[in-house]
Amino acid sequence: MNTKTLVIVGHGMVGHRLVEAMRSRDEAGQWRIVVFGQESRPAYDRVSLSSYFEGASEGELSLVADDVRRDQAVELRLGARVVAVDRDAQTVRTASGQTRGYDTLVLATGSYPFVPPVPGRDLPGCFVYRTLDDLDAIRTAAEAAVARGDPGRRSGVVVGGGLLGLEAARALRLLGLSPHVVEIAPRLMPVQVDEGGGALLRRLVEDLDVAVRCGVSVQSIAKGPRGRGLVAALSDGIELDADVVVFSAGIRPFDQLARAMGLPVGERGGVLVNDYCRTADERIYAIGECAAIAVRGAVGGVGRTYGLVAPGYAMAEVVADRLLGGGATVTAADLDTSTKLKLLGVDVASFGDAHASTRGALEVVINDPVAGSYQKLVVSDDAKTLLGGILVGDASRYATLRSLMGSKLPADPVAMIAPGGVAVGADELPDSAQICSCNAVTKGTLRAAIAKGAHDVPALKACTKAGTTCGSCLPTLKLLLKQSGVTVSKAVCEHFACSRQELFQIVAGTGIQTFSELVARYGSGRGCDICKPAVASILASTGACGSHILDGEQATLQDTNDHFLANLQRNGTYSVIPRIPGGEITPEGLIAIGEIARDFKLYTKITGGQRIDMFGARVEQLPAIWRRLVDAGFESGHAYGKALRTVKSCVGTDWCRYGVQDSVSMAILLELRYRGLRSPHKLKSAVSGCARECAEARSKDFGVIATEAGWNLYVCGNGGFRPRHADLLAADLGTETLVRTIDRFLMFYIRTADRLQRTAPWLEAMEGGLDHLREVIMDDKLGICAELDAAMARHVAGYSDEWRGVLEDPVKLARFNSFVNAPGTPDPTVEFVDRRGQRVPVGYDRGSQRVLISGPTLQVAGK
Amino acid sequence: MTMTAQSCDSGTGPVGLRWETVCRLDRLQPGRGVAALLGGRQVALFRLPGAFGDEGADDVNSVVYAIDNIDPCSGAAVLSRGIVGDRNGQPVVASPIYKQAFSLLTGRCLDDPAQEVEVHKVRVVDGWIQVELS
Repeated sequence: MNTKTLVIVGHGMVGHRLVEAMRSRDEAGQWRIVVFGQESRPAYDRVSLSSYFEGASEGELSLVADDVRRDQAVELRLGARVVAVDRDAQTVRTASGQTRGYDTLVLATGSYPFVPPVPGRDLPGCFVYRTLDDLDAIRTAAEAAVARGDPGRRSGVVVGGGLLGLEAARALRLLGLSPHVVEIAPRLMPVQVDEGGGALLRRLVEDLDVAVRCGVSVQSIAKGPRGRGLVAALSDGIELDADVVVFSAGIRPFDQLARAMGLPVGERGGVLVNDYCRTADERIYAIGECAAIAVRGAVGGVGRTYGLVAPGYAMAEVVADRLLGGGATVTAADLDTSTKLKLLGVDVASFGDAHASTRGALEVVINDPVAGSYQKLVVSDDAKTLLGGILVGDASRYATLRSLMGSKLPADPVAMIAPGGVAVGADELPDSAQICSCNAVTKGTLRAAIAKGAHDVPALKACTKAGTTCGSCLPTLKLLLKQSGVTVSKAVCEHFACSRQELFQIVAGTGIQTFSELVARYGSGRGCDICKPAVASILASTGACGSHILDGEQATLQDTNDHFLANLQRNGTYSVIPRIPGGEITPEGLIAIGEIARDFKLYTKITGGQRIDMFGARVEQLPAIWRRLVDAGFESGHAYGKALRTVKSCVGTDWCRYGVQDSVSMAILLELRYRGLRSPHKLKSAVSGCARECAEARSKDFGVIATEAGWNLYVCGNGGFRPRHADLLAADLGTETLVRTIDRFLMFYIRTADRLQRTAPWLEAMEGGLDHLREVIMDDKLGICAELDAAMARHVAGYSDEWRGVLEDPVKLARFNSFVNAPGTPDPTVEFVDRRGQRVPVGYDRGSQRVLISGPTLQVAGK
Repeated sequence: MTMTAQSCDSGTGPVGLRWETVCRLDRLQPGRGVAALLGGRQVALFRLPGAFGDEGADDVNSVVYAIDNIDPCSGAAVLSRGIVGDRNGQPVVASPIYKQAFSLLTGRCLDDPAQEVEVHKVRVVDGWIQVELS
């Protein structure tokens, strides 16, 4: 069999979907695929573009899996723009002059941003919002503006108040600019919402410090006074200062290639294709935003383009089917323009005939400006069939209503949208109801996947692709799992059927102070190495002020590290880390640590958290080592605990030429405030004195970065196995607000996280994500902030050094023995060898031969 | 481990077996272990409350277990420092190095069938813990 060549022009979301569809279906290997992408990057998730500014990396946004990169049948040519097609010779030619033959050509060229022809639109500081390169350029300009020395707010003008414009406004806000949205239509998102919905949307958006001007256009852009920034002149005579101008006034299909080769195009642009995406040339197809598709009965008419990803994906799947001999067609349902979005944290949904253009259609509206909710249904003239709707502020009914579209309503339309009205659960939806509109996954498909063993959300995502694009259907996926009888066990272990969060509530609510009472009343058995330390941590967080983690029965719950207040190493010895707040240490302190390490023959190493680790201490040596450390003014560094570890810092304004705030003092303040705080997992922090970020604060659970005006707070980052940059929670905070916000963040995490769940996965699992977190700890949406503040105040007041507590208590001290019947005798199995002038444990292969990685006589230069 | 199956009440038992006195029972905190050095051998002793939740278990009610202290998975002498608990009703200690659970009844590693530690008989005489050794 001859292999045929499929050339795809454009490697965006839709182009890549075609690659994936072909590779998963073309089992016989009939097709070799060559993809030309104009951008230097392979396909990425354009729907989530603005998350790039929230810390999503290029890698996280990428849609191209490793197996595709390695796939021999796929040739990806990036940075290669196709400039001409020779239909007779069946070849494409790139800008660099390369040509390539095809058997079938698919145009997936997408669209380009429309920039209104206003004078000054090409000035530096003017951008469009389409690609990662655009975002990089916007970021550079915004950072330059923020870093500028002169006083005043930094602002950005967004031209266009549609879906993309509001996304761009959000992006500018994340970059520290005050966004100003200018929309030529009388309301925001004119395509998706009506006048009433638009009015509420505007109010909700303005509440989020985004200025909005509707019904005006931008007349010109000019350079600002003294050459700084730009000035946008509006049609109503107003002039807006802007450091950045972003044009997001709509998109136009990129159909130049088709026009040049003489293929017919639609009235409003786009390559004309039939209902299986074929152009007038039987060897050429077009899919995605560049295709003007003719499907009978499609909402909005025949031969129009679609700027949403779901119709594009449907087209890609149909073309793959056709190329492999199938007969699929794109249906009107595939071209559904329903959208549900969370824009700037505001829910907006629009589906079906949202503007009631059907003959005789009736509109039923419940507009509650107090609750911030606008709900509109469009129904047939007999008020029985649902045709479409608009939901603003609260789109929780979207999945249900959308799937009922075109069918008889189960109740009176008012009851369907009234507060406390009829609740149609996912179980009442027909199997044909589409749950994930981005990937056209129906309830039936999901139920089949669950029946085949996909028993959690990640498994469902992997096998159906549902929830992998915009994510708005994830709550419904969870609901379906629940209704299918799949219970995702959150049990801590075999002894407790409840989750850590529930255990925390039980302990806090009942005031139970011992593990034995807790396991007797709420668990079973004797406990284990999973639940005991978890409960110990909860007891430490809820316990009485001044209690010690080794008091009474609590001592038996602790992991060996907490039990001996040191870190167990592989040969059974421990390492010791005294606290060095902010990484600041006096010469006397350094000398004391040096002398102690020398006297006890401890191996020393500088840690990543700006302190000093001393290795090789035997259990019975720990009290003597700590006696000397405490006498020298040191205290426990809690390196052994699921607790605050360190708050790193750069040197800040005291020394640095670039520092804008005193990062060292702030780091010390934070480290002393949160020292000893027990949490579900370790906590790390850092403070940087300027935007250069030398302290690497964005890789921490909470990181603080100085700005001219105060402090930016980033949360839920980590290094380690799955690195994640922290997200900006709040900008330009004063010290008091910063500390209060961190207090609440930490206490909310301690109360609600799972066992051993660090802050990053905790945030990822949180419904509503960062916006929800912000609402809880900054806007007090749940009304728990006073409680969180009080809990932290108790912690701060109750802190005392754990090692001093041991040294002062003979009962606790008595546990630090090598052998109960030979207290001073060292463990005879502990042996050391020399490594570069220090002692390290003998090699791994204990029982048999000693394995030395390098000999004990390794010479160090200069010795 | 055949030796532990032997019963013996006096200070000296069948050939090669003897009872070694280690320490007073009250040196062991219920729910935690200690290490003991018996000749050249390291033994981990654990005291578990006899009755469920019986924190102040007395000599009669508390149960003491003894196994070798060296963790076969890491080679380190650390089992006495592990957390004790139960798995499916069986008393276990979790190695503090890599967390494998060892049965205090049989010495078998419940997470890696290839590993086991020796179990020793224990008795309490007049408040003193005695371990049977070869």
